[in-house]
Amino acid sequence: MFIDLLNKYNWESTTDLIYSKSDAEVRAALKSNNRTIDDFMALISPAAEPYIEKMARQSQIITQKRFGKTIQLYVPLYLSNFCENNCIYCGFNSHNKIDRKVLTYNEVKEEVIAIRKLGFEHILLVTGEADVKAGAKYLNKVFEIVRPYMSLISIEVQPLKPDEYRELIKQGLNTVYLYQETYHKARYTKYHLKGNKSHFENRLETYEHLGKTQVHKIGLGILAGLEDWRTDSFFTALHLNYLKKNYWKTKFSISFPRIRPHSGNFEPNSIMTDKHLAQLIFAYRLFDENVEIALSTRESASYRDNMVKLGITSMSAESRTNPGGYAHPELNKELEQFSVNDDRTTTEISRMIRNNGYEAVWKDWDFILQ
Amino acid sequence: MQALEIADKTFTSRLFTGTGKFSSGELMRDALLASESELVTMALRRVDLKEQNDNILKYLLEANYNLLPNTSGVRNAKEAVFAAELAREALETNWLKLEIHPDPRYLLPDGEETLKATDELVKKGFVVLPYVQADPVLCKKLEDVGTSTVMPLGSPIGSNKGLDTRDMIRIIIEQSNIPVIIDAGIGAPSHAAEAMEMGADAVLVNTAIAVSPNPVEMAMAFKLAVQAGRIAFEAKLADKTNTANASSPLTSFLS
Repeated sequence: MFIDLLNKYNWESTTDLIYSKSDAEVRAALKSNNRTIDDFMALISPAAEPYIEKMARQSQIITQKRFGKTIQLYVPLYLSNFCENNCIYCGFNSHNKIDRKVLTYNEVKEEVIAIRKLGFEHILLVTGEADVKAGAKYLNKVFEIVRPYMSLISIEVQPLKPDEYRELIKQGLNTVYLYQETYHKARYTKYHLKGNKSHFENRLETYEHLGKTQVHKIGLGILAGLEDWRTDSFFTALHLNYLKKNYWKTKFSISFPRIRPHSGNFEPNSIMTDKHLAQLIFAYRLFDENVEIALSTRESASYRDNMVKLGITSMSAESRTNPGGYAHPELNKELEQFSVNDDRTTTEISRMIRNNGYEAVWKDWDFILQ
Repeated sequence: MQALEIADKTFTSRLFTGTGKFSSGELMRDALLASESELVTMALRRVDLKEQNDNILKYLLEANYNLLPNTSGVRNAKEAVFAAELAREALETNWLKLEIHPDPRYLLPDGEETLKATDELVKKGFVVLPYVQADPVLCKKLEDVGTSTVMPLGSPIGSNKGLDTRDMIRIIIEQSNIPVIIDAGIGAPSHAAEAMEMGADAVLVNTAIAVSPNPVEMAMAFKLAVQAGRIAFEAKLADKTNTANASSPLTSFLS
């Protein structure tokens, strides 16, 4: 299990190792045809910062070769903001005094019809972590409603039991996004005070369950702003490598959400600048030609426009992070998880992709293949 | 140049093309036109079988290409057969490019599952073009169960590395009673010409055209390379030699 591998590392000495990478090690990593996790460490180190232009160029070429000049589009559908956890950085935190809502099945249908009209065929179903209000049974029913309108269904919800995942896979589940948020075990509980999510190892074990279900794709990542992004990204890469070797039939996707303004008053502990995020994306691409990289509407319009050609493979558009936000944009505004940073319409986003010389891909899966 | 026959169809062009990775539907259309390809493969995952007006299918239908739907995304024979039957119904073609790659990274084909699926699909009346490793024994086994062609890879898909498997491809071509199409890894027109000179019946090219800064010109280059390689094969290449040929015969005293 990955926990056994993780336990062999010490956070502080790993951080020291990253910060002590030399210029020569970065140049060697840039030249290598077969990059190792040690090369990845060099590429995310401060010593690699002067080489960001070189990294961008390589990242662009590798990405085009593997994924073509295309960007996949997806849209999140927030089903519920009930949450049993108490994560100090999140707007859905159970201690936040906000109105709570779980979409009724009729509302789900209304939302998915509104989303389909925008052009989307890839949908990401999102909930807070609330097994009773929005658990596997609820999701099963939601899948039945959503499936006729969409080609690919992903979820970002609480960890489920293996059998619950298997049932959803039968219903058309393609991708599961699950974020460990930070790999700093000792500090994890400072951010996740209560609820299922407060158990670091249980959450980490969910990836093993998921791998065994042979789900088509697993998305992993950290929340940038908690611990040092370089160290956390190193452990994400270590995790990715482990998962690839052990669950070889599954694809992987990574993303690096940065903390956005939300209900509550958590201030990030560590700042990841635009330049850092770019360095990280290029480093991942140079390390793994096949991993999918998503950039959500947490990032600004101009940043997303510039990154389209440099290594990312998918984007969300016109996201509403409040349950019910598509059919009735103004109705539940105060329910949102965080405020988006790029609020352009889907038409504007697909035009931007096209103007960059790329094709917006709406459909890249079909239930007949499942 | 001889025409190529596969199952019930005859092709003038020996360049088959793919539809992925293009930066727009229009550019794909123009590149395919320049390639003069007559058989075009497209991923079932990308096309909308219900509406048939998506950005790939509408151009293919307009130009009246022979469609070769592929099963990219399936991981075993069972999933492949299921997808094939639905595709046949929706697209009204029994032609199928069988791709079974359980590994989503290098997309290397699973020979065992491919053989199983080919056997079943042939019995169900499909014209099967299976994507396989350059494995001469597997290719003969596929022939035995009635595949219409074999499509061995030159090198991993999308790698543009050319014919890394040339020694095995040579054996496959030598032993085959059915057309051999080199399917993956062809990154330059010279690779395509090499395959054709070796006696491959056709090549399938996608990434090298789609990802080129100028896909239309590159499609044209591949068209010419395939023609050149085929004509050379038919004309029979002169043998390579390491020594100069003496101009005065050594055995004239015998006549």
